[in-house]
Amino acid sequence: MLTIARLTVREAARRRLLLALLVLTALVIAATGWGFSRISTLSEPSGSAGADQLLQAKLSLLQVRLIAAQLLIVVMYMFSFVLTLSAVFAAAPAISGEIESGIALAVLARPLRRRDYLVGKWLGLAGLVAAYAALAAGAELAMVQAVIGYLPPEPAQLVLYLVAEGLVCLTLALALSTRLSGMVGGVIALVVFGVAWLGGVVGGLGVVFANDAITQIGTVSRLILPTDLLWRGAVWSLEPAATRALAATAGPAALATPFFAAAPPDPAWLLWAAGWVAGALTLAIWSFRRREI
Amino acid sequence: MKLLLGLSRPTSGEAWVLGAPAGTREARRRVGYLPELFRYQHWLTAREVLALHCALAAMPRDGWSRAIGAAVMTVGLDGREDGRVGTFSKGMQQRLGLAVALLGEPELILLDEPTSALDPVGRHDVREIIRDLRSRGVTVFLNSHLLTEVELVSDRVAIVNKGRVVTEGTLDGILGTDEVRVRVTGGDGPTTLAPFGAVSHAGEWLVVRGVAPDRVPNLVAALVAAGGRVHAVEPRRGTLEERFLELLGEPSS
Repeated sequence: MLTIARLTVREAARRRLLLALLVLTALVIAATGWGFSRISTLSEPSGSAGADQLLQAKLSLLQVRLIAAQLLIVVMYMFSFVLTLSAVFAAAPAISGEIESGIALAVLARPLRRRDYLVGKWLGLAGLVAAYAALAAGAELAMVQAVIGYLPPEPAQLVLYLVAEGLVCLTLALALSTRLSGMVGGVIALVVFGVAWLGGVVGGLGVVFANDAITQIGTVSRLILPTDLLWRGAVWSLEPAATRALAATAGPAALATPFFAAAPPDPAWLLWAAGWVAGALTLAIWSFRRREI
Repeated sequence: MKLLLGLSRPTSGEAWVLGAPAGTREARRRVGYLPELFRYQHWLTAREVLALHCALAAMPRDGWSRAIGAAVMTVGLDGREDGRVGTFSKGMQQRLGLAVALLGEPELILLDEPTSALDPVGRHDVREIIRDLRSRGVTVFLNSHLLTEVELVSDRVAIVNKGRVVTEGTLDGILGTDEVRVRVTGGDGPTTLAPFGAVSHAGEWLVVRGVAPDRVPNLVAALVAAGGRVHAVEPRRGTLEERFLELLGEPSS
C-alpha cells in the first residue's frame, strides 16, 4: 500500500504536476501580496468633500483589516477552487488511466490486493492535496501578515477545512475512476462539485426567504457532496470578530453568498463529511475489486 | 492468462495455479507475468520499475540489486538500467517487461506474445531465455500467434480456437508422424507407396504420411523398382501451422 502511495507521489513529482502547481501558486501569492499592500493606500470615496480639502481621510486600521479579511476570503476561495480542480484532475485518471494504458496489468498481477492498490493511490494523492493546501494557504497567510500585519483568527482550522474539501473531491474522482475514463469521471466530479456549490447558495436563499423547500435543496446537496459545508467552515475560520458580528447581524441573508458564514459548521455535518469520505472510499474499493483489468 | 492472475473474473469453472486457486494472492506470489499490452511507468527509469516490482513481490530488500542486475543482464538491457522507460523503443520496453517477469525467481512465468515487438535478434534472445528457464526447471506458459516461435521452444502445446481447446499434448503428438513428398512419373506411385503410409495427392506431388526418416531410401528404391522416375524427394515434418489449419478445417496452402 505504501509502495503505491510513494509511487503516486513520485509520479506527480516526475510528471511536473507539482512543479507547475507550485510555480503558479507562487506567482498568485506574489500578485495578491502586491494587491494587499495597496489596500492601505486606498482612500475613502471623496464624495462632496471638495477638492479644497487638503487631507483626504485615509482608511482606518479597522477598515483595512475588514477589507483585507474579505479579500483574503476571496483569494482563499480561488485557492480552494484550484485545489479542488487539481485533486479531481489528478484522481480522475489515477485508476482508469493505468488500466487503459496497461500499466496496471503488470502491477496487479503481483501479490497485491486491489484494496491496497486503491488505498495506496488515495493516500499518495491525499498527501499531495494536504501538502499543497498547507503550503499554499500557509504562504498566502504569511504573506498577508508580512504585508499588512493581519492574521485571520483560525489559520490551522482554515488549512484543515481546505484539506477536507480537497479530500472529498479527490475521493469522489477516484471512486469514479474505478469505472469511468479520466475525462468522463473528471467532468462528472466537477459537475457534481458545481451543483453542490450552487445547492449551497440556493439553500442559503431558502433560509433568507424562510422557504423550507428551497432550504432542503441546500441540505440535500450537502448530503450528496459536503464540499460547500466545508468551504463555509473555511470562511468561518477566516472571518475576524468584526465580520462575524456583521454576519450574525446580517442574519440569514449572509448565507446566500459563498463568502460569508454566520456560524461554524455543525459538528454533526463535519462527522457526515468524514463519513462521506470513508463511504466513498469503501464504495471505490468495492467497485474496483469487481473491475475487469 | 488474465483469469489465472485474477485480472479477469471467470464466468464459470475453476482453476488452480501452483496448487492455489487462480487469482488469489497465494497463486500470484510465485508467478512472473509479461502482459501482451506491456506498458510500464514511463516516468521511471528501468531500474526503478524493477525495484518497484521487487517491492510488490515482497522480495527481501538486500536481494533487490542483485536480482535487478541479473534480470537486466538476462534480457540484454544492461547499460540502459538508468534510462527513462519513456525513452525506450517498443522492443526495449518488451525486454524490460521480460525482466520484470523474471524477477524473484518465479516458478511459473506467463508470457503473453513475448516477441511481438522484437526484431529477429530479440526473438532469438527470448528463445534462449525460455530454454534457459526450462533447463532451470521453471515452467514457461507461452501464448503466441507466431506458431513457428511456439514450435521452436515448446514441449507441450495446446491449440485454442474460439475459447475452446481444440487439441493439447506434446509437440510430437500434435504434429503427428513425419511425411515424405515425392514427385514421380511412370509406374503406379500411389500403389507402390501404399505400404509405407497414407498416400495423398498434392498437385504433382504425392504425400506419404507416417514415414520414419530411416525408411526414405527404401521408399525411393521401391518406386524405382516399380519403374517410376523419381524427380524429387522431400522428407519433412508437418508444421504447427499446417496442423493448426487442418484442425480448424481450413485448407492448408
